[in-house]
Amino acid sequence: MDTRISVIDKRLSNIKNVISVASGKGGVGKSLIASSLALILSKKGYKVGLLDLDLYGPSSHIILGVKNVLPEEEKGIIPPKVNNICFMSIVYFTEDKPSPFRGIDVSNIIIELLAITQWGRLDYLVIDMPPGIGDETLDVIRLIKKSRFLVVTTPSKVSMAAVGKLLTLLKELKLPIVGVVENMKMNNSGYVKNIVSKERIRYLGSIPFDTKIEEAIGDPLRLYKTSFMKKLEDIVLSNNIING
Amino acid sequence: MHEWALAESVLTAAVETAEKEKLKKITEIKISIGELQQIEQDLFEFALNEIIKQQDKMLKNVKIIIETEESVLKCKNCGHTWKFKDMQKKLKENEAEAIHFIPEVAFVHTRCPRCNSPDFEITIGRGVSITSIKGEK
Ligand SMILES: Nc1ncnc2c1ncn2[C@@H]1O[C@H](COP(=O)(O)OP(=O)(O)O)[C@@H](O)[C@H]1O
Ligand SMILES: [Mg+2]
Ligand SMILES: [Zn+2]
Repeated sequence: MDTRISVIDKRLSNIKNVISVASGKGGVGKSLIASSLALILSKKGYKVGLLDLDLYGPSSHIILGVKNVLPEEEKGIIPPKVNNICFMSIVYFTEDKPSPFRGIDVSNIIIELLAITQWGRLDYLVIDMPPGIGDETLDVIRLIKKSRFLVVTTPSKVSMAAVGKLLTLLKELKLPIVGVVENMKMNNSGYVKNIVSKERIRYLGSIPFDTKIEEAIGDPLRLYKTSFMKKLEDIVLSNNIING
Repeated sequence: MHEWALAESVLTAAVETAEKEKLKKITEIKISIGELQQIEQDLFEFALNEIIKQQDKMLKNVKIIIETEESVLKCKNCGHTWKFKDMQKKLKENEAEAIHFIPEVAFVHTRCPRCNSPDFEITIGRGVSITSIKGEK
């Protein structure tokens, strides 16, 4: 009998809110939004955790500039604090080498991480999700019952086609959807907003393509100053995403 | 020590199962620990005992039996099978430690000894599990 599942609820019991930043598609800005959201919440004085579940292509550590830290062992493992954010990622264990995992392994890793990570008290746990509706998404749905989903898309029809499938699934399972962020917007098309509104899902707003963002990657202090971050903060505040 | 977290998961799962089966007391738990996870058995047993002390009646005087299970790996590419023990010596300390926390990173830090493929599976001996529970109604 796999004993790890039983203890997961206990590990998550002192976390008030879980927000999974998800999308049907890759490359739409999930990791940048997840990391930035964690930074915004942390600046507002909340206790924040960030969990990177993109096991094949972990990115949050690059965005936050995490280097030379490892979890401490204390009745489990304690995520190191990075910019005051408790940060957990598979990179601590892979040393950023390629990670050829099969689906069953992905599931096992997620269960293991959730079973041994001691988050302590958190106001928010933000999860940086991999694209799609595979093992990671199914495991978050199965194991983290209190997760809400913040869904990211780009204005592209191609992106929206995949994102639509994720939204349909989340709706079918009656899971809480925070809403949809339209990222890397370059014109004022209403395409995404129309589809999302028709589905009776909240359209949270759009973030323009920010040509300066690349220079700020790896440096949270610079990230705070980008127009990307200001826009995301507007979206967070105007939609009451923060609720204590 | 992260053995504590694993010990806690074993006992939480045991109590949960016992409650489902409407047991009043658990008299025996048989635990298997797979070699791949390289558990320090002393630490693990210490943690089990400490947690049992804090627990009330359900686990009082429970007998814990721990068996270790050899870890066998099988290559999906060439079919070769091998034991983790045989390659453990070649691992760097940090790689072995990473596997201790997350056994699946064996696919990151080791390869099939015959064909060098990372596409192998853990046939047996991955980590901690409960093999049986005995109790009184
Ligand atoms: N609004 C934006 N403007 C400019 N570049 C962006 C924007 N959002 C994301 N990016 C960039 O796009 C790339 C993909 O983003 P990322 O967060 O890794 O996507 P995902 O996690 O969805 O795969 C990254 O290089 C990121 O910096
Ligand atoms: Mg990503
Ligand atoms: Zn082989």
